[in-house]
Amino acid sequence: MGILDKEFAEGNVVVAKAEDLLNWARLSSIWQLSFGLACCAIEMMATSASHYDFDRFGVMPRPSPRQADAIIISGTVTLKMATRIKRLYEQMPDPKYIISMGSCSNCGGPYWEHGYHVLKGVDRVIPVDVYVPGCPPRPEALLEGLLKLQEKIRNESMRKKNANA
Amino acid sequence: MRTPEEIYEMLKNQFSDSILEFESELPVEKFINVSPSQIHSVSKYLKDHLDLQFDCLMCLSGTDDNNDEKTTDEDGNETVVPGTLSVYYNLHSIKYNHKVNLRVKVQKDKPEVESVENIWKTANWHEREAFDMIGIKFLNHPDLRRILMPEDWEEGSHPLRKDYENPEFYQGMKVPY
Ligand code: SF4
Repeated sequence: MGILDKEFAEGNVVVAKAEDLLNWARLSSIWQLSFGLACCAIEMMATSASHYDFDRFGVMPRPSPRQADAIIISGTVTLKMATRIKRLYEQMPDPKYIISMGSCSNCGGPYWEHGYHVLKGVDRVIPVDVYVPGCPPRPEALLEGLLKLQEKIRNESMRKKNANA
Repeated sequence: MRTPEEIYEMLKNQFSDSILEFESELPVEKFINVSPSQIHSVSKYLKDHLDLQFDCLMCLSGTDDNNDEKTTDEDGNETVVPGTLSVYYNLHSIKYNHKVNLRVKVQKDKPEVESVENIWKTANWHEREAFDMIGIKFLNHPDLRRILMPEDWEEGSHPLRKDYENPEFYQGMKVPY
């Protein structure tokens, strides 16, 4: 449900709840922190490129965390990187969202047992909104993850973040 | 172009006692065992000799030979005799298109090997990796720091050692699954 299929009163006037308008604005331009970690990043880049065209959902990469709304954790989170991810997350302005992409960032993936250097799930350092399974997830799966995130934002309330649908 | 056997003979004539043996029975590439304190002069010879000219260090790897000896006495006490660590050098001469492999074996309780960094610059990072992962100390290396693991990783903890145990926490993050 977008804003534009809401009631039109006169001419160019749209009547909507302020909350809906705000959520619609947010979910329609999720700028992601330009940031890739491992093999999953290749699929994320493919999703951003013309064939899958992330841009049609208003997603585009921003090189600075200060200008980003979301991080897609696309790949293996090493312990060394985890401290940096945490800092990047803290540098982002609210509201901020995290998509965890692929088995590695969901739970350690192929490194779950012998990966002495791998954090077994990025949710040990930052809160995750949507988990996308796969190794690597196809671009379609990432798009589905994005749609899930949009759904989540659509149901947010001004009074309370992350209201249930 | 020279075969490893010929190169071994040349080395044997030049450095009789520091060239230990020639391993040719293993089902892998043949290699020459060199004593740890001589690896630098042997490498220099291999690089500078006009008929050899090993100008390319293709790879340098550290390994744990997995030969600790564990003995348990009657009371059930375990004693471990530490085994050895090795460094392998894979050399190639671009000019003559011949290859040779060297190996240096050191005791785990004193893992010190001469650095070859000032012969082949490639060795700089490779030696740092062998130090980081296996814990081999390269003497005279200009900058022997960890290269892959975080800088503040526990001192003396080298993840590719066979007896390595992962810490429970790193900077407050739980490490095991
Ligand atoms: S989940 Fe699979 S594809 Fe993705 S980063 Fe990990 S190993 Fe690579």
